[in-house]
Amino acid sequence: MAGTSGFSVSGYGPERSTLSRLFARDSVLRRLDWWILLAALALSVIGSALVYSATRNRTELVGDDPYAFLIKHVINIGIGLALMAGTIWLGHTMLRTAVPILYGISVFLILLVLTPLGATINGAHAWIVVGGQSLQPAEFCKITIILGMAMLLAARVDAGDREHPDHRTVVQALGLAAVPVAIIMLMPDLGSVMVIVMIVLGVLLASGASNRWVFGLLGAGALGGVAIWQLGVLDDYQIARFAAFANPALDPAGVGYNTNQARIAIGSGGLTGTGLTNGSQTTGQFVPEQQTDFVFTVAGEELGFVGAGAILLLLGVVLWRACRIARETTELYGTIVAAGIIAWFAFQSFENIGMTLGIMPVAGLPLPFVSYGGTSMFAVWVAVGLLQSIKVQRPLSA
Amino acid sequence: MTNIPETGRTPRVQIRLVVIQILVVSLLLTLGGRLWYLQVRNGAEYAEEASGNHVQQVVQPAVRGEILDARGVPLADNQTRLVVSASRTELMKMKDDGKAVLAKLAAVLGMSTKDVADKVRLCDSKTPQPCWNGSPYQPIPITDEATPKQALQIRERSEDFPGITAEPTAVRRYAAPGKANTAQVLGYLSPVTDEEIEKAKDTDSPFLRSDQVGRSGLERTYDKQLRGKAGVTRYEVDNLGRVMGKAKSDKAEPGSNVVTSIDARVQAAAEYWLNDAMKKARQEFDKNTGENYKADAGAVVVMENKTGRVIAMASNPTYDPNAWVGGISGKDYAKLTGKKSNYPLLNRAIQGQAAPGSIFKVIPTTAAVNAGYEFHGSYPCPSSYSIGGQVFKNFESQGHGNITLGQALEVSCDTVYYKLSHDEWRKDGGNKPKKDPKDWFYRTAHQFGLGKETGIDLPNEVTGRVPDRQWKKDYWKANKDAWCKQGKKGGDYAERIAYENCLEGMKMRAGDSVNYSIGQGDTLVTPIQMATIYSAIANGGTLYNPTVGKAIVSPDGKRIEEIKPKAHGKLPMDAALRKDIDGALADVATKGTAAWRFGGWPQDKIPMHAKTGTAEVYGKQTTSWFATYTEDYSIVMTISQGGTGSGASGPAVRQIYNAMYGLDDEGNQDLKKALLPKPQKSLPKIQPDGSIDAPKVKPFKPAKPKSPEELQEQQQQQGDPQDQQDPQDQQDQQQDDQQELAGAPAGWRRD
Repeated sequence: MAGTSGFSVSGYGPERSTLSRLFARDSVLRRLDWWILLAALALSVIGSALVYSATRNRTELVGDDPYAFLIKHVINIGIGLALMAGTIWLGHTMLRTAVPILYGISVFLILLVLTPLGATINGAHAWIVVGGQSLQPAEFCKITIILGMAMLLAARVDAGDREHPDHRTVVQALGLAAVPVAIIMLMPDLGSVMVIVMIVLGVLLASGASNRWVFGLLGAGALGGVAIWQLGVLDDYQIARFAAFANPALDPAGVGYNTNQARIAIGSGGLTGTGLTNGSQTTGQFVPEQQTDFVFTVAGEELGFVGAGAILLLLGVVLWRACRIARETTELYGTIVAAGIIAWFAFQSFENIGMTLGIMPVAGLPLPFVSYGGTSMFAVWVAVGLLQSIKVQRPLSA
Repeated sequence: MTNIPETGRTPRVQIRLVVIQILVVSLLLTLGGRLWYLQVRNGAEYAEEASGNHVQQVVQPAVRGEILDARGVPLADNQTRLVVSASRTELMKMKDDGKAVLAKLAAVLGMSTKDVADKVRLCDSKTPQPCWNGSPYQPIPITDEATPKQALQIRERSEDFPGITAEPTAVRRYAAPGKANTAQVLGYLSPVTDEEIEKAKDTDSPFLRSDQVGRSGLERTYDKQLRGKAGVTRYEVDNLGRVMGKAKSDKAEPGSNVVTSIDARVQAAAEYWLNDAMKKARQEFDKNTGENYKADAGAVVVMENKTGRVIAMASNPTYDPNAWVGGISGKDYAKLTGKKSNYPLLNRAIQGQAAPGSIFKVIPTTAAVNAGYEFHGSYPCPSSYSIGGQVFKNFESQGHGNITLGQALEVSCDTVYYKLSHDEWRKDGGNKPKKDPKDWFYRTAHQFGLGKETGIDLPNEVTGRVPDRQWKKDYWKANKDAWCKQGKKGGDYAERIAYENCLEGMKMRAGDSVNYSIGQGDTLVTPIQMATIYSAIANGGTLYNPTVGKAIVSPDGKRIEEIKPKAHGKLPMDAALRKDIDGALADVATKGTAAWRFGGWPQDKIPMHAKTGTAEVYGKQTTSWFATYTEDYSIVMTISQGGTGSGASGPAVRQIYNAMYGLDDEGNQDLKKALLPKPQKSLPKIQPDGSIDAPKVKPFKPAKPKSPEELQEQQQQQGDPQDQQDPQDQQDQQQDDQQELAGAPAGWRRD
């Protein structure tokens, strides 16, 4: 190894300084995936601007302080970054051992939602309010399900016992996902259920589980959808959302209103948008939930095709790099975790943006990194931490 | 660490990871494509939709321009009043359709609940007035006479009165300066209808929902100029309608002011004397019908000869145009339009038509001269004229021997015209008309502008009628079926007439021609037509389009668009004939049929010309006509079922002249008292700020008329030679009446 020679210059001890270690070729910082980090940071910055624009004159939410939401959002990003750093520091392999505990905690938290501690916000009973802070435990569940399934599915393979996970392991893994899904369905938080189903699919695909499981799950998902519809598990508002999706002209003042106004907002942005805080649809608060689920409409109206396209591009960078990480890591565990995160980010982004563009039905899901909302922000940054950890812990190839 | 560790991935996993990557990319591309489609391809469409979303218009109605008289006195102006309005859209949102709120409002305003409810209902074919004729989205005025206290009550308890507003608003006021109400000339306003909005949408003066539109009179003719442009402020609003900012703001532009040629003082005098003449006529006994004259309607026109400008125009019965302001009440509406109302909304000066009687005779006189007869020739004026057994009488069967056409005018000799007209009828082929008949008498009437509108700047003028060959044919075609069904040979009078009409109603018969020549029969004229004709005789022959509007003055007073007199024809008479007729009409005033009404008139200073007329109307009392002119003015008055020309209308016309020239009954002129001894040429003075000077107008007070006894004394003292006929002498007056009966008494068709 280079670095120790007879001519040591004063000030350079045999131990490298912290700074130089940080920038050393094999250092964590050097090995981080900066593309993902910078793209995610850029999305968060854009998101902050959009959240500010959407909330600055919602006096019923922000009171006298137009920056109230912006400040909270930036704090959330800060916490998210810290969580990411912590995740990298701990490392995904280290976390692997803690998965059962984390899984247990997350299931406990979603169970709390069903207790009197649970709160209904915006028609979804998916929250718990602790000390004035509302949390959406289903967001953490997405992570623990990915970690838990990956742990189960990769255990034998990474140990070199098997080439692919056996059926028993797959059943165990599905069972692990099924418990929180069932609880979340009881809330009901259909958006989260859809995302988790997609995560499970991604995880199964990446684990190398037999094709039969993949297609079986797809078939079960379809059947489940029909069953849910037929059995009337869905609330009226959820049925109405689907109906409005199928025919937006159905009730332009009611359910179709949101999607209609969202599309008007985005469409009126044109190529370059009206400029931040200049959008009349946004300023006039014609689109509901514009800082959270419909944040993309702010981008569409005020930043135009250029700005909204940039968000898509940045998401693309994150996902593209994540795919690379999934492909290049040495252990199946890392691959599965990365694939789960890809499925999560990809589907949630597609559903969120798709509903504002009128090509997906409305579901209450935040846009990763961009939407306002603490729990979701923390969760995605933890996920970024996991991706980074997978990349960092991969042995250097040269 | 040189060994690359085995990856945990099999080719299966590797392939699946690529599949995932492809899926992810395609999802993002889908979003990108859709985004492009919405924003770039259809962006403009959505932008438009967005602007419609968040822009609210607030309309500030333009202050309507004023209508001023020739000296600047406002005949119609605006007044700030407290208007209480109800928003129908708000009321309809309530469970009981706002009934409770309206009831509460009625209590505050001291109106009945029903009256209030009626005002906010929408008009349709089944809903009688009062009802709201305007847009249902516009606040509906309930009253424009709220007291400040009532307005305060409503405003302070706005939560008790949702949808109700009380705002100071400029509303129209018809000021009636000096009691010159001028109702029919001014017209009235009512809210714009949905159809009108739709129709005017793409024109250069589209309507706003709040607009009031001129429905008749000057308000209608000059609506566009008076209306101005409403101010529209476009506010950007949020989804709850809260204002976020002003998007665009067009200031309200007040309407232009219209200066008219009406002189409020003369107008007041004309209205007073017309009404007075009708009241007096109702005290006169009509021996033909055996009851007093009904004098149910009348009109008078005062016109400037050299311009055709109307100085006064009165129609009776009349009404208060302020009744329309702020929505008309049901009672008022019935009063104005009901069957019993006698239709005071009609401007009888331009919409009333009747046979002209002898004031028509200037036309056959001109026709005869143009046909080759000498004006100063000698024409027999026997007591009657018969055509194939039918006898057409002169007044009281009185003969005058051989006279000139001028004298025929002076004494209103019918038989002279009977013969001339009959001769011409025969020359044109009689019952078997030539292919190209000359029709001198009819052609001349058309040349005088009869049978069509004069083109006055007031809406809905009627044409009158010249009963020429073409009209006879058309009329017969339209009515023959009914006539032939009803007609019976040897039946009662109506049946015999119908029978006759069925057989030969399409033909111009000798009797038709003869009756026509003295302004009887099917001839119809309007007072404005006759005023135009007599003005033309006075001014040398130019038929002017009568005008009421004189100038349009922009609200800032900077642009003044004068409405220039416009002619539509020349009388078919040369200077010599004009002079002859002029002389004959002067003789009418000094020694003819109108002379007894112009006793003491200073003929040397102010030469008076006149023609009296009394027209027969089948089944009704006679129509009184009086056409006069001086050098500057013409006055034509008519009273339906009012008696004779000079009898009913004569004194009133003279009184109007007296007021204008400052004359007393003895003919002494006091220029200080004269309202308008010379036509008002200049426009009122316009101040730099656009306001227009207006002199004060005192209410018109007629000079106290002398009692009949005094009048009698006076005339005896003066010993006026022309006035041997004492007006008090019933016998003489009757004789004069009979002169005016012009031909066969009632039932002339039968003779």
